[in-house]
Amino acid sequence: MRAFIKKEFFHIFRDYRSMVILFGMPLVMVLLFGFAITNDITNARIAILDNSKDIVTHQITQKLISSGYFLLEKNITSQNDIEEAFTQGKIKAVMVFEPDFARKLKTEAQAGVQIILDASEPNTASIINAYASGIINTYSLVLMKGLSDLPVKINVESNMYYNPEVKSVYMFVPGIITVLLMLVSAMMTSISITREKEMGTMEALLVSPLKPYQIIIGKVMPYVVLSFINLIIILLLARFVFHMPVQGSLILLLSESLLFIIMSLALGILISTASKTQQQAMLLSMFALMLPTILLSGFIFPIKNMPLILQYISHIMPSKWFIIIVKNIMLKGTGIGYFWKETLIISGMTLFFIGMSIKKFKIRLE
Amino acid sequence: MNQKEKIIEVTNLVKMFGSFTANYNLAFDVYKGEIFGFLGANGAGKTTAIRILCGLSPPTSGKVIVAGYDVSLYPNKVKANIGYMSQKFSLYNDMTVKENFRFYGGIYGLSGKEIKEKTQFFLKKLKMEHTRDIVLSEIPLGWKQKLAFSVAIMHDPKVVFLDEPTGGVDPITRRQFWEMIYESADKGITVFVTTHYMDEAEYCERISIMSEGKIEALDTPAKLKSNYGVNTMNDVFIKIAR
Repeated sequence: MRAFIKKEFFHIFRDYRSMVILFGMPLVMVLLFGFAITNDITNARIAILDNSKDIVTHQITQKLISSGYFLLEKNITSQNDIEEAFTQGKIKAVMVFEPDFARKLKTEAQAGVQIILDASEPNTASIINAYASGIINTYSLVLMKGLSDLPVKINVESNMYYNPEVKSVYMFVPGIITVLLMLVSAMMTSISITREKEMGTMEALLVSPLKPYQIIIGKVMPYVVLSFINLIIILLLARFVFHMPVQGSLILLLSESLLFIIMSLALGILISTASKTQQQAMLLSMFALMLPTILLSGFIFPIKNMPLILQYISHIMPSKWFIIIVKNIMLKGTGIGYFWKETLIISGMTLFFIGMSIKKFKIRLE
Repeated sequence: MNQKEKIIEVTNLVKMFGSFTANYNLAFDVYKGEIFGFLGANGAGKTTAIRILCGLSPPTSGKVIVAGYDVSLYPNKVKANIGYMSQKFSLYNDMTVKENFRFYGGIYGLSGKEIKEKTQFFLKKLKMEHTRDIVLSEIPLGWKQKLAFSVAIMHDPKVVFLDEPTGGVDPITRRQFWEMIYESADKGITVFVTTHYMDEAEYCERISIMSEGKIEALDTPAKLKSNYGVNTMNDVFIKIAR
């Protein structure tokens, strides 16, 4: 068994193309997606509807603009102009300060800001929302120290225009984790198994005293390790390049990922039993796994906006459930109590695919 | 002949795939240290029979005992006691010679020390010590086949199955290959070989020729030729396989 796993690593490290895919992919994808999105909001145009026009709202506006993320496109004066400001197209968000902002802060210790976002670009909207709320919250903390002993609270209420379903920030990192784990685990495994078939070495393995489960474990072990390394690369990139920490438990995230990796590996084995050549395995993984993962999992396109039939189809995509889990852990910092259902679904799918692939693998032996 | 130890015993072997009968009532014995030629046209059912003998697929009915174990009951015991090599099987191309030895030694449960000794021994015998750290894809096919054979008998199996081992190999290498076969048969390893080269068939001690799922003839090359009244194995084969 040890010899087997070692040999599998030899294959991987001697094949430069695989190596490039394995380790280049996470880098390129995270950086590409990351910067493609963050670039959008370095100079996001906003409008401000200041119903109060006092020192505090003025300071908040200054903070927002000096942050470098936002450009003040224009000041609007009435609620009715908001719609028009959006339809003109250039503006991504409107900040609305309620009347008597500073006075309310003093007397009632709280005041409200409303952020209205153009969510037809969901990622941008989420990120603008997060940044703006962040800036305002920081400001309120500073204010609290200087102003009084009372806890001062600025209520930020966000309002998504055009697409009210967008809920979370940083949609892309959970998505990329999902896509990459799937890619590395399922595609690489299926390719490496079909390669053995093509070269005829599979036969030699089968006539050896190794049991089928040993062959399978030997084949998939290295990919478990590599998937994990990839996962860690992505998390590090997210943390240090995009300043996106893992809010919840890292151990929980890693264990859920392990579950997903195992499921993907089982899928990879299943694909390998269905394909005769490496190309076939590659195409099958591409079309049967990658495209649906990217398109139907909610990674890029919000599921709730899809036609009903696609929404149903998305339920059978394991990646959809995994993305929910990752988002919960990474962004909301929630514990297993919030997504035990999703975990259960993936566990069920894992068992199903393992069962199927063992059955198929056995049939092929005969 | 009968006082010799039987290594392979096949009685009434039948293998069906659905309604198609791939092996019809095969029955033969192979003795210890024998070189047994297993011939037949493509599609005659040879591959199916070999897969059964190697414990890869169970027979539909009949009894098959290889190296002392019933293949349908103890396929893993059988597998541990046989070696296997086919024309297609030429080790791992992206690993060095040494790594290939180490890998196959490892999966047959040899210790690190044994593997080292065996590697040393075979490479010396083949005069290929200089190739130890060369990646296999850079080694000519004929050499690879000799290496593959060495790897197949590295764990001292009782039987070694060779499925068209010399396909695509030049005549000199083929000659050397057969010298290796004889040498291991002398050491008591039974050799079960399929081939399409009739000159190689002549090297075998006994030959069976399959046609349409049945064994049509089984005897020494000399007897086969006189039984069918022809001068070469080629003619015997053509008469039977037709």
